Amino acid sequence: MPSERLARLSWPRVVFVGLVAAFAVVTIPALVDRHSWTGVAIAVAVTAILAYVYLSPRRIAARFLVPGTLLLLAFQVFPVAYTINTAFTDYGDGHRLSRSEAVAQIQADSVVEQPGAKRYELSVATKGADASGSFVFFLTDADGKVQRGDTAGLTPVPDAEVTKDPITGKVITVQGWHVLTGIQVNGLGERLKSFAVPTKDGFIKSVGLSQAYVGQFTMKYDAAAHTMTDTQTGTVYKESDGDFKAADGSGKTLPIGWKVGVGLKNFGAVVTDGAIRGPFFRVLAWTLAFAFLSVATTFGLGLLLAVVMDHPKLRGRRIYSSLLLLPYALPAFISTLVWQSMYNKDFGLLNKLFGTHVDWLGGAWAARGSVLLTNLWLGFPYMFLVCSGLLQAVPQELKEVARVDGASPLRVFRSVTMPTVLIGVMPLLIASFGYNFNNFNVIQLLTKGGPYPSGSATAGQTDILISYTYRLAFGAQGAQYGLSSAISFLIFILVGLISYTGFRQTRALEEVYAR
Amino acid sequence: MVRHRPSLPTVATAALAVAAATLSLAGCSSSSSKPSAASNPSSTGASASSAATPSGSDSSSAPAAASSSSSAAPVRDPNTDLVIWTDAQRAPVLQDFAKSFAASNGISVSVQAVANDLQSAYVTATAAGKGPDIVVGATDWIGNLVQNGTISPLPLTADQKGAFQATALTAVTYNGQVYGVPYATENLALITNTAEAPASPATFEDMVKNGQDAVKAGKASEALSLQISQQGDAYTMQPLLGSAGGFIFGTKADGTYDPSQVGVDSAGAKAFGAQLAKYGEKGANVLKRSIDPNNAVSLFTSGKAPYLVSGPWALEQVRKAGIKYAISPVPGFAGQGPAKPFVGVQAFYVSAKAKNTALAQEFTLNYLTRKDVEEALYKVDPRAPALTEAYNDVSKTDPDIAAFQAAAAHGVVLPQIPAMSAVWGPLGIAEAAIVGGADPNTAMSDAATQIKAAIAKG
Repeated sequence: MPSERLARLSWPRVVFVGLVAAFAVVTIPALVDRHSWTGVAIAVAVTAILAYVYLSPRRIAARFLVPGTLLLLAFQVFPVAYTINTAFTDYGDGHRLSRSEAVAQIQADSVVEQPGAKRYELSVATKGADASGSFVFFLTDADGKVQRGDTAGLTPVPDAEVTKDPITGKVITVQGWHVLTGIQVNGLGERLKSFAVPTKDGFIKSVGLSQAYVGQFTMKYDAAAHTMTDTQTGTVYKESDGDFKAADGSGKTLPIGWKVGVGLKNFGAVVTDGAIRGPFFRVLAWTLAFAFLSVATTFGLGLLLAVVMDHPKLRGRRIYSSLLLLPYALPAFISTLVWQSMYNKDFGLLNKLFGTHVDWLGGAWAARGSVLLTNLWLGFPYMFLVCSGLLQAVPQELKEVARVDGASPLRVFRSVTMPTVLIGVMPLLIASFGYNFNNFNVIQLLTKGGPYPSGSATAGQTDILISYTYRLAFGAQGAQYGLSSAISFLIFILVGLISYTGFRQTRALEEVYAR
Repeated sequence: MVRHRPSLPTVATAALAVAAATLSLAGCSSSSSKPSAASNPSSTGASASSAATPSGSDSSSAPAAASSSSSAAPVRDPNTDLVIWTDAQRAPVLQDFAKSFAASNGISVSVQAVANDLQSAYVTATAAGKGPDIVVGATDWIGNLVQNGTISPLPLTADQKGAFQATALTAVTYNGQVYGVPYATENLALITNTAEAPASPATFEDMVKNGQDAVKAGKASEALSLQISQQGDAYTMQPLLGSAGGFIFGTKADGTYDPSQVGVDSAGAKAFGAQLAKYGEKGANVLKRSIDPNNAVSLFTSGKAPYLVSGPWALEQVRKAGIKYAISPVPGFAGQGPAKPFVGVQAFYVSAKAKNTALAQEFTLNYLTRKDVEEALYKVDPRAPALTEAYNDVSKTDPDIAAFQAAAAHGVVLPQIPAMSAVWGPLGIAEAAIVGGADPNTAMSDAATQIKAAIAKG
């Protein structure tokens, strides 16, 4: 019975579905407005699925699974798919537009004012009072003569039909026409931008609200031959891989290109480009070492401190713990920058304090050490927190039993405490490894990958893969999203493999301890 | 004890999730286009002008004055007729002018501050149709803005063009078209603490000697404050590179830069490298990598260094410090040419996708080109006006502005071509390496090789 079914609906579900519907009602018209039909389809589908799942009495399991699945699709699957898709294009600075946009923009950029031509005072007018109808230009030239300009060309207007501004000569009223105000002129928007009155060897276009100039294109596009011709020099530019290149072989390329598919070129560049391939394995090795050492040092220090703090006879444990958590409470961004200034060779705190002259961020090994030290400082409180919690979970009776059996404290720690802690902490260590593998912030804020070995500005001594990729993709010719996506995808596979192996290991570990 | 055993699919999913998270992280970091952190001179200026900004050359941490300093991408204000985007420092300055323009035209104008990486935010937003009508930025952006189809040429009349200083007009001209309305020029100069050392040294050698004397006399602890940092700073080094006869790009017949002529390994550039080594950490120890954008100005204002090489953005801090100072051109090396700093210009650009092109053109072409407006802009942000008449007025009352302008006499226009983004990184790193003791010839050749390779690829 429908009424019974409704009666069984709990009100939070009804409210939730109501909110979803309200959201759809708000977004769908906006999407329709922009002709984003894929967006409309997605919005409708999501609303329908959510409404069905939450209003149907049978889909109880789905009620818990669907939101997570949708979020997974939106925040994980979609970015991954998008990144992979971008990896097969040349998308980036100079190749952001579509082909037709690029052609239009090249022509628009080529408009020059006709040499020697005088400006016109401009009034825009419509037939009726409605500004949304078709419009014409009333142009007053330097001699005060008025002409009407429309898409067919210029027609003289007798002075008797118009009144003009005594100083500028701008037309104020015209018989039979309705002169638009500045706001109305601006409101014509795209229509005004594309409106041009043809003349003998050019066209008249508006500039600002009340002026017009005679312009001409210096780039002509031949849609049949797909060529662009510079009318001033006569150079012909041919379409080639998302660019217009000079056909005379001079290597000249027009500045605006468009996005095209490039197949596996970006992946190929990783293998063939010397600047990328050369230092790749050096960077990979340091990335692995950095991630591993970061995890090892933070975990080691965190565990040590947790064990010390765990001692029941220690007084003022709370205070110590709070102090130890302090680095965790400070924004990592700020503290990294503070560390960076402390490492300064001549003015930094460290050298002043110890009276040393270590170039902390200038020498290869010193810089690596500095990066690890800062990362240790940033990371140990987290491990301390986790380990403290896990130590509480170690069954006291097991420890007692071991002690009664004559085990030394060290032995108790190794055989009873550690296994429990490790099982709990292992997934976190793997996640921490993954995080540090891509710990862009610490590297970028501390060293920007430097110092650089002689002859390489692409890979510094402290560069990890992600900071190295970042410089490769954005350092040279502006942003190269295609290339960076390709490398990101390769890192994605690498981290995936490492994590997979890691989780497999954990499982084996758990099986051992579970026995 | 029964434990939950994760099954193989669970493990695989978990691994995939971790990996996916890293990929999306990678995606995030790549979403901000121009990193050229060590490089972009405009961002150097921007961050230098805010004393407290911790991350020197990276403009990302501009003060929180901006409303849109959140990490979310900026979006144009939908409720006004004309939208202007600018960086956080300039926004309050422009607000008043926008208001007066709005009042006289009966429209509403909004000035939005974009705190993080304005250039790439603008390019991205414009491509998505959410950009402003007008954007304010340095002229070295032009090449990139044009190649992405985000700005349109501005049809200035011959009279309007003639009213600007020649360098300012050259700086906004790209591929023969004028793309922006310039409003202020900026370049490096030498600022002297006259209580510690004599002003206007004739040569670099004299300056170093004066500086070292001040250190010996206990008046200062550093002979010179010239920011280099571990990654190098090709913008601040440019005056000296030019003095030794080096250049970055050669010029074509029409005087514009030619990206196929890279002069980083020219004889002049190598002579410059030799000078760097001479004054570097293994030599006279006057040029130091430990002086960076974070401490360069404060070394001077605290009296620790008698000389500072910096731009008009440092002027406010220097004036506040209450020391007696003098501004003169950066001195060139003895027996070599005069120093050739980059001359950059701050300009207004009209978006190619502007929703209100007519108003935006009206504002830039007919309002910003007025003398009183440029003078008023100077009053709130003391930089040399680009309009000749305004400059003449201002320089009469403000000798600092005239001094900065004089320091640009031998300057070269900051390249607008996109190929310049391939230069900042390698050149800066090479310079820092030489200062640290690397072989000058190898370092400059290596940098040139890398720059040429990057340009060939683009």
